[in-house]
Amino acid sequence: MPVTASQSAKVTLPTDEQILITREFDAPTHLVYLAITTPELVKRWWHANRGEVTLAEIDLRVGGKWRYVAVADGGFEVGFHGEYREIVPNERIVSTEVYEGAPGGDENGTVNTVTLIENEGRTVMTTLVQAPSKEIRDAIIESGMEAGMQDAFDLLEEVAVSLR
Amino acid sequence: MARAATTADAFNAVAEPRRRQILDLLADGERPVNDVVRELGLAQPQVSKHLRVLREVGAVDVRHEGRQRLYRLNGRALKPIHDWVKDYERSWSERFEQLDVVLEELKAKEEGDARDG
Repeated sequence: MPVTASQSAKVTLPTDEQILITREFDAPTHLVYLAITTPELVKRWWHANRGEVTLAEIDLRVGGKWRYVAVADGGFEVGFHGEYREIVPNERIVSTEVYEGAPGGDENGTVNTVTLIENEGRTVMTTLVQAPSKEIRDAIIESGMEAGMQDAFDLLEEVAVSLR
Repeated sequence: MARAATTADAFNAVAEPRRRQILDLLADGERPVNDVVRELGLAQPQVSKHLRVLREVGAVDVRHEGRQRLYRLNGRALKPIHDWVKDYERSWSERFEQLDVVLEELKAKEEGDARDG
């Protein structure tokens, strides 16, 4: 197994309204930045093995909009969109994110801060998700569950076995 | 939403790296406090504080045996947290594994360009 594979993302909840996702990549920051801001590249990784990204639009400038649409293997379509608030190439992107399937529309969106830090050719990417409330934060975490229901069932089984 | 509140509290308790370490340790079986102190290399009062937080959210149980306090993982209390955040974490892990593939290609291309250029 290659060294770069099977690293898992770390998720923590720093406050009641936040989610922090951390992961290290075996590539310099300028390439990670390219991969997260180029539509045809985003389409290749954003699906999380759970379907296909059918649309990735990125207008990379402050005030510019982005929108991703993915179709899950079961045919269920999910859309996300937002606006760029701050852009520091190769270092930092602050943007809003709205899940189009959730009630409340843009008011229930989050503000996401992606930070890239390079060390000896490797990059630590952190994504801080700031939700407007604890309820929304919790709903975001639970939505991951719906998207990966089958995975969740598999996992449930694993966990259940390990806890026997 | 009592359930969400409990889950989040428990998760906050588990989010602290030292407390995760304690849970990992207890996952192997019941341990007296002294063991936990030794394995973590922390002062006893700090360990006791972490254990108290974990006990309050039900993540660990304690029982007394003579003068010893034995701690063990409470799988049932922990399972909802595990399910709750792990799947979210897993979806990001899978996403990032795809990103690794993209990055490998970009690196190879850049190296190729540097050679050719």
